Amino acid sequence: MGDGQISGMPREAISMQHVWAGYSGEPVLEDVNLSVDELDFVGLIGPNGGGKTTLLKVLLGLLPPTRGTVRIVGKDVTEGRRYIGYVPQTVAFDQDFPISVWGVAQMGRLGTRRLLQRYTAEDNEIVAQALRDVDMLHLRDRPIGALSGGQRQRVYIARALATEPRILLLDEPLSGVDSEVSSSVYELLSRLNERITILLISHDMSAISAHVKTVGCLNRRLFYHGQKRITPDMMQAAYGCPIDLIAHGIPHRVFGHHGLEEVQE
Amino acid sequence: MIEALQFDFMRNALLAGVFVSIACGVIGTFVVIKRIVFISGGIAHAAYGGIGLGYYFRYSVLPALLTEAAWTRLDPRPGAYPMIGAILFSLISAVAMGLVQRRTRQRADTVIGVMWAIGMAIGIIFVDLTAGYKVDLMSYLFGSILAVQPSELFFILGLDVVIILLVVLFYKELLAISFDETFATVENVPVDVIYIVLLCMIALTVVMMMRVVGLIMVIALLTMPAAISGQFVRGMRRMMILASILGILFTTVGLWLSYAWNLTSGATIILVSGVAFLLSLAVKPLVGRWRAR
Repeated sequence: MGDGQISGMPREAISMQHVWAGYSGEPVLEDVNLSVDELDFVGLIGPNGGGKTTLLKVLLGLLPPTRGTVRIVGKDVTEGRRYIGYVPQTVAFDQDFPISVWGVAQMGRLGTRRLLQRYTAEDNEIVAQALRDVDMLHLRDRPIGALSGGQRQRVYIARALATEPRILLLDEPLSGVDSEVSSSVYELLSRLNERITILLISHDMSAISAHVKTVGCLNRRLFYHGQKRITPDMMQAAYGCPIDLIAHGIPHRVFGHHGLEEVQE
Repeated sequence: MIEALQFDFMRNALLAGVFVSIACGVIGTFVVIKRIVFISGGIAHAAYGGIGLGYYFRYSVLPALLTEAAWTRLDPRPGAYPMIGAILFSLISAVAMGLVQRRTRQRADTVIGVMWAIGMAIGIIFVDLTAGYKVDLMSYLFGSILAVQPSELFFILGLDVVIILLVVLFYKELLAISFDETFATVENVPVDVIYIVLLCMIALTVVMMMRVVGLIMVIALLTMPAAISGQFVRGMRRMMILASILGILFTTVGLWLSYAWNLTSGATIILVSGVAFLLSLAVKPLVGRWRAR
């Protein structure tokens, strides 16, 4: 967008360098390095308690890292996070909250319209387009509590799209939806990936589908080489044991036998 | 009821019920959907500290500082000082409780419970310390809607205007922090400031409701109309409007019953609301089934 991008060179959407973060002195993330190029589609998996939520909080500027630097599209987190469209987990959610699909998606415009400003016709057009993108515009007046899990996920994605993001950040996007719905969500994400960088975080191996371009494993430390393959060493390092079954049943023997030392670069 | 209307105190009480119900429906909706009933209870009870301080100031400090003549000239109605004290004290406790909740995530409810009790204790002690005149504390604990003065009606109406204005101005932010605070934070909404503004509006609402039902029952009247309304309408604006209408209905019916049967007005209003709430729970499944057809 005219700020010095060298054509042909992928620009860094997210950069984390030697990031440590945690709570009351107890580190949860240890020396995390992550570089995500624009229009990449990254899937990070890791066990529960492995720092996924902490990583999200650091990227969203909700938890300042104790050490290291984080840049979002080359900017400081609190400024750069307006380029992030955040899609939270939809599980913990008040079914009775009095709000419509449109009302939720409209919140995507909060960052643009400041205090005391009303939403404009332009905002409404952007919100309508976001809902159209996820194929939910026809349900705009439906209460959010009356939707299925997959539909609600789409509305949350629409809300993130309404922020006009350059990066979509998804937290456990497929928890609580069945496999049919999850494949339709993936098709949607892959379509969006033509114009938006995507970072997806999950504890669930099956969340990492064919549409993901690069994968990493997170368990306090991040094992990420910007490649599509998950090596058994990454898994072993991340999960700390030889894996028989992770979540939805990928037997570890599908990976060849490697030594841990190959992980070291 | 009609013959009751010839009494000024009854007309004032009915109007007070209407005005208070408006703020109550709007703010009660936030209290219910954001699930901040406990902190609202804390603010309501801590306000009692302000009442005690108001009395102490009115009957001990000012007469000691002023000459007899100056004091007589200054002397306002007896109720004004405690009300001003309650407003200031509840605003201060709202801000303090909000900050405690934001700064120390853990055990915030314990700290709020402690502040709740300290506020009340301060009120009781300062009333003890007040020389001579002993107030009827029961009127603050259980309400005294029949004693509402015309000047107080203007005061309550003024607070209504302030509250509605603030809600209109910050509607999208209030909705955002109620629905999804994390997202609001990421979108750089000043969530802490908006939350404290909400708590201050609760403080103002609670002080004026204290006159109607007393501080012990404030929470019931704050939450029940909104809780009933939330079961039958979708959308926050509609929920607020219906909650306000229900509040007006409950205070009016409660006042009438208390007049007809010579009962304590605050408690009667609460019981009317409570019966309506229980009925709404019983009726809800039927409505759901009817809608599903």
